[in-house]
Amino acid sequence: MKFEHFGLGLLKGMTVTFRHIFRHPTVNQYPYQRLNVSRRIRGNELVWDKKRCTGCATCAKACPQGAIEIVTGANPVENRYEVRTYRVDTGYCIQCGLCVESCPYDAIFMGYAYERAKYRRRDLVQENDTLLESKERPKSGYFHPEVAAGLPAQTLLVEKIVERKD
Amino acid sequence: MTTREITLKTEPFVLNVGPLHPSTHGVYRMRTTLDGEVVLDIEPVFGYLHRGIEKLMEERTFTGIIPLTDRLDYISPMSNNLAYCLAVEKLCGIKVPERAEYLRVIMAELQRLANHCIAVGSFLNDAGAYFTPFMYTFREREKIVDLFEMVSGQRMTYNYMRIGGVSQDIPEEFLPALAKLLDQLERFVDEYDFLLKENEILIARAKGVGILPKEVAINCGISGPVARASGIRRDLRRDDPYSIYDRFEFDIPVGENGDSYDRYRVRVAEMRQSLRIIRQAMKDIPAGPVKAEVPQVVRPPAGEVYAHIEAPKGELGFYIVSDGSIAPYRCHVRPTSLINLTALRQMVRGWKVADLIVIFGSIDITMGEVDR
Repeated sequence: MKFEHFGLGLLKGMTVTFRHIFRHPTVNQYPYQRLNVSRRIRGNELVWDKKRCTGCATCAKACPQGAIEIVTGANPVENRYEVRTYRVDTGYCIQCGLCVESCPYDAIFMGYAYERAKYRRRDLVQENDTLLESKERPKSGYFHPEVAAGLPAQTLLVEKIVERKD
Repeated sequence: MTTREITLKTEPFVLNVGPLHPSTHGVYRMRTTLDGEVVLDIEPVFGYLHRGIEKLMEERTFTGIIPLTDRLDYISPMSNNLAYCLAVEKLCGIKVPERAEYLRVIMAELQRLANHCIAVGSFLNDAGAYFTPFMYTFREREKIVDLFEMVSGQRMTYNYMRIGGVSQDIPEEFLPALAKLLDQLERFVDEYDFLLKENEILIARAKGVGILPKEVAINCGISGPVARASGIRRDLRRDDPYSIYDRFEFDIPVGENGDSYDRYRVRVAEMRQSLRIIRQAMKDIPAGPVKAEVPQVVRPPAGEVYAHIEAPKGELGFYIVSDGSIAPYRCHVRPTSLINLTALRQMVRGWKVADLIVIFGSIDITMGEVDR
């Protein structure tokens, strides 16, 4: 083990760390400052379109976790076939997005919101009207470019970082 | 023999390093036999993160397995996706569209950059450059992860590649952002090299430490940067070109001594080569579809297939046996990390405990892939 010109290599490294003093911080104070997430974010909760859904259960077959449960049946009063229950156990959901990709009627979307933790386990199991789109549960543009076009652009760290002026 | 040596009798004792040790990068236990501070032998104990992924694969459809492959080597899911999709495509004989091939190469090389950022950062963290290089590399990885989030919607388990292409086309703001990222990364790699390349402390800690001779590396089946640092010029991108890697021009960096310092240098050199490949791929990416016409439920013909790629950590292979149904009969993963880990015992014998941490860090393993 030899220490030739001991210290020079250390000093070279120190110049790099020293130059960082003059750079802009890249950290955000999260709950107060928020960045825009991706337009295609696969957020916690699925958004279901009741009108478009035909109850074909393609999403339930595509789901690798088996988190989607659909009950359909005939409605003799209105003389039509209807979806009685559309139930998603978001506790099982891994947000892979395969259900959204497989849906032939564009009736299911990933959620754009991401802070959707629950206090009770039973709240994770959502069905029918709780799955509809609302102000707290916006649609994400995952696999739906027409939805993505209406969402704010993602904040990129590449553009946020101001490099030093050489 | 002096009297001092006769009276001070030492005897080996066993020390457990791990399973929850900051330098084991996951839940990994090394049952170390020590004589004083010298490592006599180690016995690796793993399985703490076993989730039975190979068994789970037998019960899922071929498309439904792709999210599972994300969770093998969770540092570089894009490469896992690519390896798995290549295996199924080989079995079905699916031709992937041109644009999808280019996108796959861009994603796989970005993934290599992100993985080497973590590998190098945590290696230096283990070697004693406490958290400064780690923070720098994580900052750069964050930029890459941002782009992955833009195309796939998530920051870790991307689930982007599909059998017959990729899941969706890139948004229009992707390529300008990528060009900007490449410029920044190039400057970062230079700056980063300058930070620690000649650092005397790092050289004293890593140079000549944990030498893996060429013969041992070949006998253990070591692949990836660890093998290349030992002087084995083997890169599947060159030796068995998959996807469209035969169209790009790049060098294979090779180390000389096979020590920890060489493994670190090879990784940094590979980052430069990845940047080169991405630039070439960006230049001539064609327009067109990104996914071949593949039925929603893939039913490959009965048979078996093995496909391998050069993942950031080494050779990653998928061996699939199909019986013609919608799920594989058997799916075996050739994990990079587990096989690279087998050389650890030969590398650490005779070194001190502090060197054990450095050598272990220089192999760059992910426990998710070791245990599966």
